[in-house]
Amino acid sequence: MHPAASVIFFTTASGAGYGLLALLAAFAATGGLPADRWLGFVGLGLAVSLITAGLLSSTFHLGRPERAWRAFSQWRSSWLSREGVAAVVAYIPAAVLALGWIVFERADGAYAAAAALVVVMAIITVGCTGMIYASLKPIRQWHSPWTTPVYLTLAAYTGSLLLVGLALAFGVYRPLMAEMALALLILGALVKTGYWRAVDSEPPRSTLATATGLTNFSSVRLFEAPHTEENFIMREMGFQIARKHAQKLRVITALALFLVPGVLLAAALAGASHVFIALIAIFSATLGIATERWLFFAEATHASMLYYSRAA
Amino acid sequence: MTSLPTAPSPKKLGLVVDLDTCVGCHACATNCKEWNAGGHSAPLTDINAYQAKQRGVWFNRVFSYEAGGGDANARTVHFPKNCLHCEKPDCVTVCPTGASYKRAEDGIVLIDQDKCIGCKLCSWACPYGARELDEDVGVMKKCTLCIDKIYNTNLPEEDRVPACVSTCPSKARHFGDFNDPNSSVSRLTRERGGFDLMPESGYRPTSKYLPPRPGKSSATAVKPLAAKPATGAAGPLARWVDRVFSR
Repeated sequence: MHPAASVIFFTTASGAGYGLLALLAAFAATGGLPADRWLGFVGLGLAVSLITAGLLSSTFHLGRPERAWRAFSQWRSSWLSREGVAAVVAYIPAAVLALGWIVFERADGAYAAAAALVVVMAIITVGCTGMIYASLKPIRQWHSPWTTPVYLTLAAYTGSLLLVGLALAFGVYRPLMAEMALALLILGALVKTGYWRAVDSEPPRSTLATATGLTNFSSVRLFEAPHTEENFIMREMGFQIARKHAQKLRVITALALFLVPGVLLAAALAGASHVFIALIAIFSATLGIATERWLFFAEATHASMLYYSRAA
Repeated sequence: MTSLPTAPSPKKLGLVVDLDTCVGCHACATNCKEWNAGGHSAPLTDINAYQAKQRGVWFNRVFSYEAGGGDANARTVHFPKNCLHCEKPDCVTVCPTGASYKRAEDGIVLIDQDKCIGCKLCSWACPYGARELDEDVGVMKKCTLCIDKIYNTNLPEEDRVPACVSTCPSKARHFGDFNDPNSSVSRLTRERGGFDLMPESGYRPTSKYLPPRPGKSSATAVKPLAAKPATGAAGPLARWVDRVFSR
């Protein structure tokens, strides 16, 4: 599948944004973070900026962006529509939480209830993003029970790294934050490894023989393509560059997304808790998550490519 | 509304493609392009139409396959492919805007070009590669089963069939109502063992394909003629000698 830059930026930025938003809300409501005006302003501002930039960027790959509002209408059947609705609804409790935290410097009572809703809506929105991909049957690497857990755990993990950095910058860091980030990192690494093992071991569901119905013949191969130039289907579904380098890119993902931040978080827990350490971890994880998401698209194969005698 | 119709449609319109008689001439693809470049789906954009790097929207694509290569029954199978107007089309349900829909009255899968945002998700959801983006207009396009032809009362009755069907010179394409057991498409499917493409997709295509008929066995197949001795250029004496010695 062709990896569109706008969609990669959208899913990684809004994922980290929702992760940070949910964790800020959870910590504020339980007294884990002080209801300090500037912490709230910068923290919630960063989370909402990431989410909003991501959502706006996702409209850039549309053929008719001016009609994007129509995408809120079909939530009964479409995960993409559900994601849009959930993303807009999530802004409401986030605004109430921001009002309490930034204006009144409070995160208790009604604001704590809003914080709980923020956590729920962040999980629902990222879950919908994962389901957009997991629901697509022709793409076997996406139509997997592992896809949505990957989106959820990596959103929570990248958000938790941002939380550690933010807390260190504002002097409100507690070891619990780095411990939680490390736990989410391990969970994310386990889920992503499970995803890779599952998609590698699963045989293709369809073959050129079942695609053409010519199952009574010993072999079927493309003799003559229907067109001499690549069409939309081949450009969109037939992306081949990454599969050559998939193993190397998976190693880069494992190093940058999990290993380097893991070592840095361990160092922070061992006493080297400095904002600089967190910044390196965030930088490394940014590189890692971008590679991970690029690979998620580039490695995925589409059943329609079978008709062109290509892998699916 | 991108939810599928809840009740079965009274009519189930679709095509039957005969892989035995298709000669791979691309007339169906060409006439499809000709008809649909005007009317309901217009424009059907081509970019760089007359030069290298051509790209554009076609609803019908004709593949050619080598089947059973090396075997006694090996053959070339020409394989036209367009939207199958599935009964469980995920391309419809994934659409976030309601642009994609399946008609309750006849099961035709269509795109409302005024609502489509060009997110391409429907093309990702189709395992048959039946939907293409019109880059110029920014919306998705697909086979309409020539909805502006089959219901067009300005045309004579016999012309109210999809453009690909009316143009096919080897009568390899048939159009009709699969809900009518006596329609040509129902009979052909029954009698010739019509099948679904990629049945494991679970999309339940309406349109069916007919398998190539089994080839003649080597015992009954026409044998190549034995080569005659090339005696035409020889003179009368040499021909007489040839006849005598050939006895």
